[in-house]
Amino acid sequence: MSELTLERGLAAFRAEVDGPVAAFFSSCVHCGICAQACPFYLETGDAKYTPILKLEPLRRVWENDFTLWGKIKGLFGLNHKVTDEMLAEWEELLYDSCSMCGRCSMVCPVGNDLALMIRKSREGMVQAGHAPEGLIAASVRAIQTGSPMGLQWKTLAVQIQHVQTSSGLEVPVDKEGAEYLVLLSSMEIINFPEYLEAITKIFDHAGVTWTLSTQCFEATNAGIQIGNKDIAAQLVERVVAAAEKLKVPKVISPECGHAFTAIRWEGPNLIGRPYPFRVFHIIEVLDELRAAGRIKTEGMETDRLSMHDPCNLARKSGVIQQQRNLMNLVAENFVELKEHGKFQWCCGAGGGVSSNERAEPLKMAAFKRKKAQIEEVNPERMVTMCATCRTQLEEGLEEFNMEIPVVGLTEMIAEHLVEKN
Amino acid sequence: MSGSMEFLLWTKGPMFDIAIAIFAIGLLVRITEIFMLGRKKNFAEARAGEWGPGFRTMFTRTVADPGTFQRAPFNVVVGWVWHIGFLMALLLFLPHIALIESLTGLSWPALPNPVISLVTSVTLVALIATLVHRMTHPVKRRISTVEDYLVWAVVFAVVLTGWLAYYRLVNPYPLVLGMHILSAEIMLILLPFTKLTHIFTTFIARWYNGAAFGRKGVQS
Repeated sequence: MSELTLERGLAAFRAEVDGPVAAFFSSCVHCGICAQACPFYLETGDAKYTPILKLEPLRRVWENDFTLWGKIKGLFGLNHKVTDEMLAEWEELLYDSCSMCGRCSMVCPVGNDLALMIRKSREGMVQAGHAPEGLIAASVRAIQTGSPMGLQWKTLAVQIQHVQTSSGLEVPVDKEGAEYLVLLSSMEIINFPEYLEAITKIFDHAGVTWTLSTQCFEATNAGIQIGNKDIAAQLVERVVAAAEKLKVPKVISPECGHAFTAIRWEGPNLIGRPYPFRVFHIIEVLDELRAAGRIKTEGMETDRLSMHDPCNLARKSGVIQQQRNLMNLVAENFVELKEHGKFQWCCGAGGGVSSNERAEPLKMAAFKRKKAQIEEVNPERMVTMCATCRTQLEEGLEEFNMEIPVVGLTEMIAEHLVEKN
Repeated sequence: MSGSMEFLLWTKGPMFDIAIAIFAIGLLVRITEIFMLGRKKNFAEARAGEWGPGFRTMFTRTVADPGTFQRAPFNVVVGWVWHIGFLMALLLFLPHIALIESLTGLSWPALPNPVISLVTSVTLVALIATLVHRMTHPVKRRISTVEDYLVWAVVFAVVLTGWLAYYRLVNPYPLVLGMHILSAEIMLILLPFTKLTHIFTTFIARWYNGAAFGRKGVQS
């Protein structure tokens, strides 16, 4: 870690400045509307959490090094430099108080994509040695063990055994030529083992060929959360290698938001080439199977259900209608949260916030926005499709003594499959 | 009187040329800087094209989404009022149209003077409201810089001197008209070096935003 310096940090910041960044900073009029889209500002009332303020280091690098005016100011010593002290202060703003949910990017009147610039800023923060301990540890574990939580294949193998025993179905492993390579997230394997059983049943029901890979089962990407392209690219390469080895045409990202944006949108750019396969979120696959008539369900959930759209899935990846189609398949009393889909509110835990232990109080503060939304429609249960969101919803609802269970959509679909004769 | 007439002629003559030159070259540099930086090639499979969603966002972002409007109605409404007022006074006041016609040959019908004077008065009040908001709202106060107040002062001066000239409230008249023209020239000169650049770059920013989201299947 000794080689991480301010100079390296500034070089990494510079490498992130591109046309959009220049257009964004050229356009900001300091109207402060972005704060009105940020759960971390709204729920703490602290103006330092205003999204555009979080980007001040990147803005300074842009102005000083990429504008003629900034260079002229520099000649007279009139520019504001980025210092190590500044970055130390900004670490909390760029990591603890931002889940990169992208809501500010949707409301900025001049069109600034602030979440994109937070993602870029984190590249500079890592190189300057100002990334949170929790995220560093997760990244190191991801590189060394393949899982940010240090989970190994043998743990998953035990779970596979359980699933096979309880379902009487085979969980395919290392099956060459299957249609889908299924990835999982460690969080899911540990907290929500029912997911693996659910897809095993659904794929058997729909006659889908699929496989897990002993070479790579982890879909999450700690490199993207911390903001390090080298780590992120290595993790993506592992998925690509596994998919290529098993010759699958399609890869499925699990019920996890950031894993999907990582592998779907950033992955090919991290490795600098298109994939030889296509990537889908499990919800996209299930909705395709539904549309093709390959999922036959019976019975409906009758209690009042509402749904939380994961930011990474809805706003940041355009998967919005699919989960609604699936809900309507099995739930007869589904009510939307008031602001949903591309304008949904973040649960507060994404973008690495949940892996950053010291951010816990902020994470719970940000959750209050979601809590208020849930209280508005007063559902009996919440449904979602991201293990991080689900954990945060469960913890948050418990913290506020709200007895609202949270279920994963995939499992709920699996419970309604028509039994085979 | 002769001194004020000389001042007016200077603002209409050499100063005008200087202001236009700095504005044009400065803005060209600024826009060139943006496009020269460009974007890296994107290898991720797109859900949709970039151009349509990009162009849509260029226009749609002018109107706040309902949630934002509810949370920040003052910001949204006052921002709208003064932007529209400023544009109406700039583009629909007869002497301004005459100036544009003399420079470009293009002209269009003007609004009656009393309407423009009412619009200008409303704009002045709205601008004062934005200043008070900037100095009192915790977020705005926290993120405001010297530049924000400087730009506010220049924009306010342009509108105020125009209003004073229209009502002949300063004597001699050439002096107040000269002050109006000079403040407009200062605004032009500052434009490429301050947040006033957004007048042009916001459309580039919105396009990039709409394109990035649109490619992923979301209209931003």
